[in-house]
Amino acid sequence: MSYWFRNDSRMPQARLKVMSFGIMAMMALLLSGFWKLQVVDSDHYAQLAERNSIRTIPIIAPRGNMLDREGRVLVDSYPSFSVLLLRDDAALLERSLPLVADGLNISMDELRQQVDAARALPKFQPIVVKPEASKADIAFIESHRADLPVLEMLMVHRRRYLPGGFLSHVSGYVGEVSEQQVENSNGRLRPGDIVGKTGLERQYNDILMGADGQRRMIVNSVGKKVEDLTETHAVAGKPIQLTIDYDLQVAAEQALGDRKGSIVALDPRTGEVLAMVSHPAPDPNEFAVRIPREEWQRLNEDDDRPLLNRAIQAQLAPGSVFKIVMATAMLESKAVPKTMTAFCPGYAEFYGRQFKCHVYGKGGHGVVDFHKAIVQSCDVFFYNVGKQLGIDRISYYATHLGLGRRTGIDLPSEEPGLVPSEEWVQRVYHRKWYAGETISVAVGQGAVTTTPLQLARMIGGVAMGGVFKEPHLLLHAKSVAEDRFPLSEDTTERVTQAMWGVVNEGGTAASARLEGVEFSGKSGSAQVIGYSTRDRVGKQKRFKDNAWFVGYAPRRNPEIVVAVLVEAGEHGGAVGGPLARDVVKTYYEKKARKEQGQYTAEFKRYDPGSSEKGIPLAEAQPAIKSEDATPEHRVRAERANEQR
Amino acid sequence: MKESQGIREYDWWLLALVLTVCAIGVIEIYSATHTSNQFAGMHIKQLRWIFIGTVLMFALSRFDYHKILDQAPILYLVGIVALVAVLAIGRTRFGAKRWIPVLGQFLQVSELVKLIIIIVLARFLSEVRTDRLSLADLLKAGVLCGVPLALILLQPDLGTALVLVPMLVVGVFLAGIQWKHALAIVLVGMMMLPLGWHVMKPYQKERITTFLHPEDDPKGSGYQLLQSKIAVGSGGFYGKGLGNGSQNQLGFVPVRYSDFILAALAEEFGFVGVFVTLMLYMGLLLRLVQNGRRANDRAGMFLVMGVAAALSFHVLVNVAMVIGFMPVTGIPLPLMSYGGSATLFVFLSLGLVMNVRIRRFVN
Repeated sequence: MSYWFRNDSRMPQARLKVMSFGIMAMMALLLSGFWKLQVVDSDHYAQLAERNSIRTIPIIAPRGNMLDREGRVLVDSYPSFSVLLLRDDAALLERSLPLVADGLNISMDELRQQVDAARALPKFQPIVVKPEASKADIAFIESHRADLPVLEMLMVHRRRYLPGGFLSHVSGYVGEVSEQQVENSNGRLRPGDIVGKTGLERQYNDILMGADGQRRMIVNSVGKKVEDLTETHAVAGKPIQLTIDYDLQVAAEQALGDRKGSIVALDPRTGEVLAMVSHPAPDPNEFAVRIPREEWQRLNEDDDRPLLNRAIQAQLAPGSVFKIVMATAMLESKAVPKTMTAFCPGYAEFYGRQFKCHVYGKGGHGVVDFHKAIVQSCDVFFYNVGKQLGIDRISYYATHLGLGRRTGIDLPSEEPGLVPSEEWVQRVYHRKWYAGETISVAVGQGAVTTTPLQLARMIGGVAMGGVFKEPHLLLHAKSVAEDRFPLSEDTTERVTQAMWGVVNEGGTAASARLEGVEFSGKSGSAQVIGYSTRDRVGKQKRFKDNAWFVGYAPRRNPEIVVAVLVEAGEHGGAVGGPLARDVVKTYYEKKARKEQGQYTAEFKRYDPGSSEKGIPLAEAQPAIKSEDATPEHRVRAERANEQR
Repeated sequence: MKESQGIREYDWWLLALVLTVCAIGVIEIYSATHTSNQFAGMHIKQLRWIFIGTVLMFALSRFDYHKILDQAPILYLVGIVALVAVLAIGRTRFGAKRWIPVLGQFLQVSELVKLIIIIVLARFLSEVRTDRLSLADLLKAGVLCGVPLALILLQPDLGTALVLVPMLVVGVFLAGIQWKHALAIVLVGMMMLPLGWHVMKPYQKERITTFLHPEDDPKGSGYQLLQSKIAVGSGGFYGKGLGNGSQNQLGFVPVRYSDFILAALAEEFGFVGVFVTLMLYMGLLLRLVQNGRRANDRAGMFLVMGVAAALSFHVLVNVAMVIGFMPVTGIPLPLMSYGGSATLFVFLSLGLVMNVRIRRFVN
């Protein structure tokens, strides 16, 4: 084959030489071009380059609003201005600093510090020197456009929450993204971005947060805009609609008032959270701009722990509310006969120790059967039940009714509470379970702790015959998880009859009776410290019993369940009961008006009440209505959508 | 036939020049992209392409180029089929069908075709055993190039299609084209120009008109040329220093990590930097010509000179564009511009050169 190349080594030497010269000539030509541009005309182009500087001004995307289940605005944003300092011209910046400090009322040191801190950032990235510009600042910048080109204003969107800490534990609040979050975001977040820090702001940050745009313009050497280059539109965040019912939330906030504690209202049929209150509550509007360090420290160190969302984070002994777990365990396990009775002289003795009933010193309950034991909340009866069931059976039923584990609500940092067991004691304390501990656990004392939300879910689920819907705050959640732990009809009937009796047969929560509604429930007054310790330290406010009440209506297949916790409230039935009743009453009144066709979702302003030290109503911002919330958001969002 | 394939026979000077130019490219890609989220890390990717290219270059040099030339007809067929395939099933990116997915990457088929045409032309021209190229052979060579050229034009990719022209021109020149034929072709070409204008795409026409009259349209295509000139000119004699080129860093220089990378370099390293870089290119190209002269046979010479022609044309068109001597064509600067397919093409063609080089004493 390869005949065609053999012995053919005649090279066109002359023409190859021409090629070499050609290459050299080409390079000479190209170099002459560079010489002309870079040496001869260099000054001309340097001037053009000088004129060519780009200013990049971010366009901040507004976050999505939060709406209640009827579309009323709970959280929105309002436009405000930040002052930007442009740093592309170092010499100009240096010259301008004293005037800037003077005009914006910032100390020279502070300004210098901010500029130094941004040294590492690219020069064309402006820094925010004042997050919230006052009218005077805006006037100053506008009037000095010509001689202070280093200043620029940036429209931002500040979060606006309802005043007085209304709903604040649910909504959460936003803040500047932390370095760690930036690192973990795969480039989606940039330093300086505003993200949700707690609550739903954090949980649904990806939905609520929009994408910032930017405007690039060419400016000349004195900072005057020569022309617009490109504009990337901001894409507004999407709103979320909550399961919260504003009317019920108001009722719950007002019911709890300035007491320390929590109220949670659920629809047990769906798991929708209708109201969630935790007091004391910080006002997130105060951190909307930038939270001062001292304020932050104060909130964190406050003994009342205002940053704690008690509805999902308070892990406290449930007291007698736990008897519903005991009653269910007793009937379902059949380890104890249904007909069991006990004699209550006001106390009982187990393992050589005296355990008091809550009526100790005022006589006893006498002969007590299952129904009476719940209605009157007899401890002695349940001590005996507990002794016969044993801790492992109690633990089994408590866990299956949803205690000792997170409910899975769509809020960050939910606490699981604790259901003790022999295994737990062995693992944590490396010791054996003491039989006497079972007696305490039987009445919801000892190591057992729960959150208000867990109790609401538990009572609601029991009254539903053992169907537990996952509590959630986002309306129209795609699929709601549920736990099924089917209870026999007999158990459900007996337990709910007894809970009806608690309210309606002169039981511990007789004061919570509601005409025309099958309002039922179970109270609890949980000791914070043991009787012996209390005897030693004497009566002090901080050691008063926590008051619990979990009420629901109607008796079977309830529509609403309300858990109330009042810390140091002492009497579950008398203190907690009426608060739950108020919320349930509001629910039924609203339902009645709806059925009569008289109800329209109205937005009456929440009144934090005179006892609150929040913003006085007269000074509060004008009411936000969903229609006129922030029209510019919508226009911007629409424009952004058209662009895509 | 005994083969001499000793390690010492490779053109290590050529490789040193190549890798030095690549290194300058990587540094400038880094400088042009490190502040951008979108493009960060490109220099690492480019390093990977250079590494892969070097390996492929050595691999290709191992197959005797005579055996490769034996397969020229089949290669040619494969090239044509691939070009047709890309028109039929190729992926459209940036408004043109040029890419087909290969091993999870998008390869630009026309880069591969360039390589094939170099081989096919070398085979064809080395079979012409006279010192004067007959008109028939000239026309045959023209058709050989014309078919793939037309297919590439259909993608449309004017830049790459044009690269085939200097390969043909250099080839027939070295094969002994007759002056009267050359003159005739030039004349016919001049007469065809208006027709060519007629079939050009609007964006191509726009590039040419704005090249001729940049002041008419400082924001459109002319804007790119103007910005490139501003970046180059403002760099001055010594440049602004690595990472300090405001035109580069602020993004005034268009596609500063690829087609206009020399503008970015010119701004940051000045005339001095450009001079050094262009001298490296000149050294590289002259080294190629020298390898052509010393080839064992005409076939080897044509192979090497085909590569030299292609690379020279790339450098010429790209650099001329950067300084505003030529319109924007989208031809990258070989070895410096960011890009996988383009980098692999250069290294593979250098593989052909090495192939010829290590067999130069064989006979």
